[in-house]
Amino acid sequence: MEKGVPAGLLEITELRLGLPGERDRVLEEKKGKKGKKRAFCEDEDGKDGEEDDDVDDELGRVKDGVVGWPPICSYRQKTKSSCRNGGGVRVRYVKVSMDGAPFLRKIDLNMYRGYSDLSLAFRNIFGYLRVGDISEKDPKFSEYKPIYEDKDGDWMLVGDVPWEMFTESCRRLRIMKSSHSTEVDVEA
Amino acid sequence: MLAVDPEPRSNRIRQMASAFPEEVLEHVFSFVTSDKDRNAVSLVCKGWYRIERFCRRRIFVGNCYAVSPAIVTRRFPELRAVELKGKPHFADFNLVPYDWGGGVWPWISAMAEAYPQLEELRLKRMVVTDESLELLSRAFGNFRVLVMVSCEGFSTSGLAAVAANCRNLRVLDLQENYVEDQSGYWLSHFPESCTSLEVLNLACLEGEVNSSVLERLVARCPNLRTLRLNQAVPLEKLANILRRAPQLVDLGTGAFAADPRQELYSKLANVFEGSKSLKSLSGFWSVVPSYLPAIYSVCAGLTSLNLSYATIQSVELVNLISQCHNLQRLLVLDYIEDSGLDAVAASCKDLQELRVFPSDPYGVEQLVSLTERGLVAVSAGCTKLHSVLYFCRQMTNAALLAVAANRPNLIRFRLCIIEPRTPDYLTQQSLDVGFGAIVKSCQDLRRLSVSGLLTDLVFEYIGAHAKKLEMLSVAFAGESDLGLHHLLSGCKSLRKLEIRDCPFGNKALLANAAKFETMRSLWMSSCAVSFGACKLLAQKMPRLNVEVIDEVGRPDSLPESSVEKLYVYRTVAGPRSDMPDFVCTL
Repeated sequence: MEKGVPAGLLEITELRLGLPGERDRVLEEKKGKKGKKRAFCEDEDGKDGEEDDDVDDELGRVKDGVVGWPPICSYRQKTKSSCRNGGGVRVRYVKVSMDGAPFLRKIDLNMYRGYSDLSLAFRNIFGYLRVGDISEKDPKFSEYKPIYEDKDGDWMLVGDVPWEMFTESCRRLRIMKSSHSTEVDVEA
Repeated sequence: MLAVDPEPRSNRIRQMASAFPEEVLEHVFSFVTSDKDRNAVSLVCKGWYRIERFCRRRIFVGNCYAVSPAIVTRRFPELRAVELKGKPHFADFNLVPYDWGGGVWPWISAMAEAYPQLEELRLKRMVVTDESLELLSRAFGNFRVLVMVSCEGFSTSGLAAVAANCRNLRVLDLQENYVEDQSGYWLSHFPESCTSLEVLNLACLEGEVNSSVLERLVARCPNLRTLRLNQAVPLEKLANILRRAPQLVDLGTGAFAADPRQELYSKLANVFEGSKSLKSLSGFWSVVPSYLPAIYSVCAGLTSLNLSYATIQSVELVNLISQCHNLQRLLVLDYIEDSGLDAVAASCKDLQELRVFPSDPYGVEQLVSLTERGLVAVSAGCTKLHSVLYFCRQMTNAALLAVAANRPNLIRFRLCIIEPRTPDYLTQQSLDVGFGAIVKSCQDLRRLSVSGLLTDLVFEYIGAHAKKLEMLSVAFAGESDLGLHHLLSGCKSLRKLEIRDCPFGNKALLANAAKFETMRSLWMSSCAVSFGACKLLAQKMPRLNVEVIDEVGRPDSLPESSVEKLYVYRTVAGPRSDMPDFVCTL
């Protein structure tokens, strides 16, 4: 357990999950204001000058610089971080649309461990069998092709890059009917 | 009892008391089990006090500093079961500094001498060292039950000592502790001769445990009814372990995730079909949804389901929960969404307790569609619902009024609106009226946590109506001392009050000083109480410990500025001797 770590050292070790996007920027700003844990700082107004026994703050567990709010047991926070499947503790919500389906869904990419997991999620959400399982490139099943828009605005085929790279760059998903593939300029 | 009796009451009692030989009284007292009743018995007369103290077998100490080990061992020489609680509740949210106190060593060393026949020890929010566990394992020959909740300070070495030396261990229940992992082999310290385990809860351990050792242990304990595994136990091993214990009533899975494989799925489905006694399921750290149908066969029998670590979508949650028609207790993440709670309201008609935790508590936006509507739906559909813990991002007075009208049988209502001081989003007003409706309607309410935008008015309502309220948590609420005064002067049954970030100050504190002797404890942090007022309170009330916790500076140098944290509790043990330098008792 960390105790009495000088404030400067905490800054150096603080993880920055620098995902782009409005929400994360807002959070970073707020954190910058008063979010870091400090050991004995005499110029503080006392409210946040807390010594903390967890290392959780490095992962951004302080909301707006307020310690212990919302009131979630520190045990529960610690456990959630270690059983997260994907890239870190933040959520990565992306919109998923399917050609022909009347609704959009939002999913949290960090909930899934890999492409096969994602495949199953598509099945559950949209109720169809095969996404075109990445490890089995069977043309019979590729009635639908999942594509994603990356951070450059390009549409890419799901499954071509390593999973972590995919979750970082994916902005939204579309499950496209293969027959529509000529309409969208998908990068090879 | 005689209808007309001219003798004074005290003589009558003495006669009655001495009319029965001690053995008879002891026998009668053995049927009196609740602590409150036993305390009442001991107050009847000196004779009963004397008899009762020799035959008391169980004791519950809600604040380990309210009394000392010496006092307890002196008064009750024949205890077999002891339960202790250490740190105040807000320690769960990192508000209590790491080495504030709550060490169990003085208790265990005193009991090692006084109670060699001790069988059960239950600890909550205490600091437990490996030395303490080692002493425990050697000092009590017939030790049977060890339960530790939210404790810290020990490692798997301490657990190894317990496993090795407690020959008749029946219960090893570790809930939400911070355990330093030194070796997964501690489990091997259970000797082959150990066959008495009934409860084995390892869920909070981080490290790996040897699966085959675990399997053999499980196989040789025919009375095992509760088994909770930790995250590190892979899904592949679960089936093997479960097959050894078809009599299990309570199972905590390990990771419920693996690459989708038909033969693993079939193996799991098979073994769950054989677990006909399962009533409680938990665990589900990381879930691959395609494996969930493997447990469908036990759903109809489940009374308790903890999915609060399962990051799965509403659809999958509903598929599972809607089959659990006998569910009484449900813990879940807000991924369930309002639509999922509609399904719960429709399917789980026996539901008594619901806890909905936030998946993204530190996020700024609302990304999951869980609102006040879900809460209202469950309150309407589940008529037996009495305990609620609900995290959400928006609320209305109308919703709270609906909940109050639907569920006057609530006894625990803890609502956390994530952003502090959030008003009714429809009217922009405070939520005073909504919470007021809750306390007016729910006459048996024992525990309440309030949140959102609240003025002093809500405390007036609580003080006026919450007559059975025992525990209240308040944060970012109120406007003045009047709020605190309403609470302290009105809530007759109040035992624990914890407050943070409220503009409550000296006047209310000092005006209600006597109240604190009727309560277990008061916690106030980031409020407006001055050091000087704390000193005054301590002087007025010598039987209270008034602890000022200040890590920033010397609070007595600026007696008019607000103290960081204040913890006041009644005690017969005087100021404690184990305080770190940032705590002072006045």
